[in-house]
Amino acid sequence: MDEEVRLMKGNEAIAHAAVRYGVDGYFGYPITPQSEVLETLEALMPWETTGMVVLQAESEVASINMVYGGAATGKAVMTSSSSPGISLMQEGLSYIAAGELPALVVNVMRGGPGLGTIHPSQADYHQATRGGGHGDYHFIVLAPSTVQEMADFVGLGFDLAFKYRTPAMILADGIVGQMMEKVVLPPQRPRRTEREIAEQCPWAVTGRPAGRRPNVMTTLELDSYKMEENNLRYQATYERIRRNEVRYEEYLTDDADYIFVAFGSMARICTKAIDDARSMGIRVGLVRPITLWPFPEKPLAELSKRVKGMLVVELNAGQMIDDVRIATSGRVPVEHFGRLGGIVPSPAEVTDALKKFISRI
Amino acid sequence: MKEEIIIAGFGGQGVLSMGKILAYAGLMDNLEVTWMPSYGPEQRGGTANVTVVLSDGPISSPVLDSYDTAVILNQQSLDKFESKVKPGGTLIYDPYGIHREPQRTDIHVVRVEAMEATFDMKSSKTYNMIVLGALLAVRPLVPLESVMAGLKKVLPERHHHLLPDNREAIVRGMELIAKE
Amino acid sequence: MNIDDIKRAENVVCTKPRLLNDNNMHYCPGCSHGVVHKLVAEVIEEMGAEHIAIGIAPVGCAVFAYNYIDIDWIEAAHGRAPAVATAAKRLNPDRLVFTYQGDGDLAAIGTAETIHAANRGENIAIIFINNAIYGMTGGQMAPTTLEGMKTSTTPYGRRVDLNGHPLRITELLAQLPGTCYVTRQSVHTPATVRKAKAAIRKAFENSMKGLGTSVVEIVSTCNSGWKMTPDKANKWMVDNMFPFYPPGDLKNTAAEK
Repeated sequence: MDEEVRLMKGNEAIAHAAVRYGVDGYFGYPITPQSEVLETLEALMPWETTGMVVLQAESEVASINMVYGGAATGKAVMTSSSSPGISLMQEGLSYIAAGELPALVVNVMRGGPGLGTIHPSQADYHQATRGGGHGDYHFIVLAPSTVQEMADFVGLGFDLAFKYRTPAMILADGIVGQMMEKVVLPPQRPRRTEREIAEQCPWAVTGRPAGRRPNVMTTLELDSYKMEENNLRYQATYERIRRNEVRYEEYLTDDADYIFVAFGSMARICTKAIDDARSMGIRVGLVRPITLWPFPEKPLAELSKRVKGMLVVELNAGQMIDDVRIATSGRVPVEHFGRLGGIVPSPAEVTDALKKFISRI
Repeated sequence: MKEEIIIAGFGGQGVLSMGKILAYAGLMDNLEVTWMPSYGPEQRGGTANVTVVLSDGPISSPVLDSYDTAVILNQQSLDKFESKVKPGGTLIYDPYGIHREPQRTDIHVVRVEAMEATFDMKSSKTYNMIVLGALLAVRPLVPLESVMAGLKKVLPERHHHLLPDNREAIVRGMELIAKE
Repeated sequence: MNIDDIKRAENVVCTKPRLLNDNNMHYCPGCSHGVVHKLVAEVIEEMGAEHIAIGIAPVGCAVFAYNYIDIDWIEAAHGRAPAVATAAKRLNPDRLVFTYQGDGDLAAIGTAETIHAANRGENIAIIFINNAIYGMTGGQMAPTTLEGMKTSTTPYGRRVDLNGHPLRITELLAQLPGTCYVTRQSVHTPATVRKAKAAIRKAFENSMKGLGTSVVEIVSTCNSGWKMTPDKANKWMVDNMFPFYPPGDLKNTAAEK
C-alpha cells in the first residue's frame, strides 16, 4: 500500500496509521467516542496482512496490562480509550513508565468527572501531563488538531516512545476523533523482525538465548538506594525529552498584542476567532502546543516579554493555564476561557471572550 | 471559495451520509473538506446534524456558529438553525412535517418537496439524494460527476448496483429546483 | 564426611536444576513455593525450553520468582498476569508463556483477567499456588480462606455471613471451554511432588501445542501465615484443605484430543 489520500474520521485514521506503521498489537475496550479505532482495526483484519494482533480485551485494566506485556517483549503495541477508560489504565501506565517501555496510548477525551458525557472535552490535560498514575513520572503527550495529525502522530508517537523508552500518548478530543477530513495515509511499512527487535531492544523479554543473562521486566526495587537511582534515571530521560522534543505551532504571533494558547480542536476554533478578531482590528495570534508534555515554555516565555496578555482557551475549567502561567512567570496577565460539560464554544464566543479579556486587563 | 454548510434533520433521514457524500465529492474535486457530526444519542433516532465545510484553502474551525447554507429537514432543526444562516446565505428546507415556515427575509429560502418526490421513487432510501440534488442545483459546489465518484467511495462495493438509482434521485432533486 | 566431601562430584546424589540459581530464597522454611519453583525450573530445563520461556510473576510472595529461576520474566501488576501473558503469547506465539500466581492475585484482584484469559483459551499455562492466605502482606484473608480459618483480617475465623464463601476458582475455570487441562495437585510428599511436576510439564506442553489454557492449582501450605510448624501445616492441609480442595484432575480434554 502506497501513500494514499482518503477521507476519514480521526479515530479511523488512528487505526489505518497503526496498521501502516507496522504496529504489532492493539488491545482495547469499547468506549464512546473512540470505539471506531477498535472497530476499524477489526474490519481491516491486519492479522491477515501484516500479522498485527488485534484483541478486544475484557476491560481497560486488561488492555493496558496487555500493552505492558506486549511492550515488555519488545513489540510495538498500543491501546486507545476515552477518559473513564484512561482512568482505569493509570496503574498500568505507571508500570509501563517505570518499566521504561515504549508504547502508545490514545485518549479521545470526553467530559467528566465520573461517567460524565460522551461529548468533547479536554479535561484530562492535568492527568495526561502530570503522569496520571502513582509515582514520579511523565510521558510524551501529543495533541493532534487535524485528522492528518491523528494519523501522523501514531508514527511519531511510536518513534519517540522507542527512542526514549517511554510511553507516549495521543491526547485527542471527541471533535478530532469524530470529524472526517482529508488524510494522507503513510505507505505500509513491514513489522520489525525478531532479529531487529533483538538488536533494537536488547532488554526485551523474548526467552533467554544461551549465553545471555535473563531479561527481567520488573518495576519493583526494595533497595531504596537502587530505587533512587531508577528514579534519577527516569528524570534524566525526561530532561532529555524536555530539551529535544518540544513541538508547537504559532499563527500570526509576529505583530500580536494578544495571544491565544490552545491545543487540539480548540486551536482550530481559535484560528477562526483570530481571523474574525483581526478583521475588527484586534491583533491576536495563537500558540498551539503540539507536545503538551514537554510543554513549549520557551516560546511562551519569549512572547510574554512583548504581548499584552494571553488567553488560554480550553474545553475544561482551566488546566493548561497552569503551565502557561509557569512559563510566563507573571510577566503578563494570563486568563482562561472554556466551556464545560461537552459544550464546544463557537469561534464567535471565543472572540467575545477575547474582547472581554482585553477590556479587563 | 469556501462554503460552510449545516445539514440537519431526524436520525435515519440520511443526514450524516448525505454530508459524507458531499464531503467525498469535495475530496474528488481536490477541495479541502471537514465533516463534523453531532454524535451521541442523536444517532439513535433523535435529531442529527452534520457540519460540512468545502474550501479551496485550509479549513480552520470545524465547529461553526453561522453557515453559508443550511439544509433543514425537520421542525426542530429549522427552529435551531434558521437564525444561524449568514445574511445573504441560503436555507433549503423540506416542508414535509414543518408547521412553521421560515421567517427570514435577508436570506435565500428554497422550499424543496423532497419527501413528496420520494413517494414516486422506487426506494424511499433515496430521500437524502433528492435533497442533495436540490442543494447542488441551488449551490453548485461540486459537479455531479464528483458526487457520483464520491458516492462510489462511500457505498460498499456490494451496494454499487444502487449507483444508478442514486444518480436518478440526485437528478430528480435538481429537477425539483429547476421546475420552480 | 565433611561439607567439602559432600560437594565433591563423585559424591553427588542429586542436584538442583541448572536454571535454579544460587540466590537465597526469601520464602519461609517449609513453604511450598520453593518446591514448585524447583519443579518449574526442572520442567523448563528438561523441555529444553529456556530460550523460549517467558514467565509472568505475580504480586504476592512469588513476586520475586524472577530472582530464582534464570529465565526471562515479566513482573505483572497485582492480578494482571493473565492479561500480560495474553499479549506476550499472542505477539510471540512460538514462546512458552506461563503465569505463576497466588490465590489473592489470581482469585481476588485478578479474577476478571483469569477468567477471560481462560475463556479465550489463551495458549498459556497458569500455575496457581493456593495456600488460602495472603502470605506477603502478613496473613490476611484470601478468597480461598476456608470457613472458620483464622487470619489477621478474620481473627475469629472466616464467617460466611460476613466474608462470603471460599472460592473454588479452579472448579469455575474447569467449566470454561477455553481450558484444556485443569488439575489440582500438592507438593507435600515425594509422590505428590512427582505428580505435580508431571502436571506442570503437561500444562507447558499443552500450551505449546496450542490446545488452550492449562491450569495447575497447587494446594499449598503457608506455615508462617497459618502459624504452624511445616510438618503440622502439611497435616493441617491434608485434613482441612483437601476436603474442600480435593486433589486430582478436574478436566483433561487435552488427553482426548
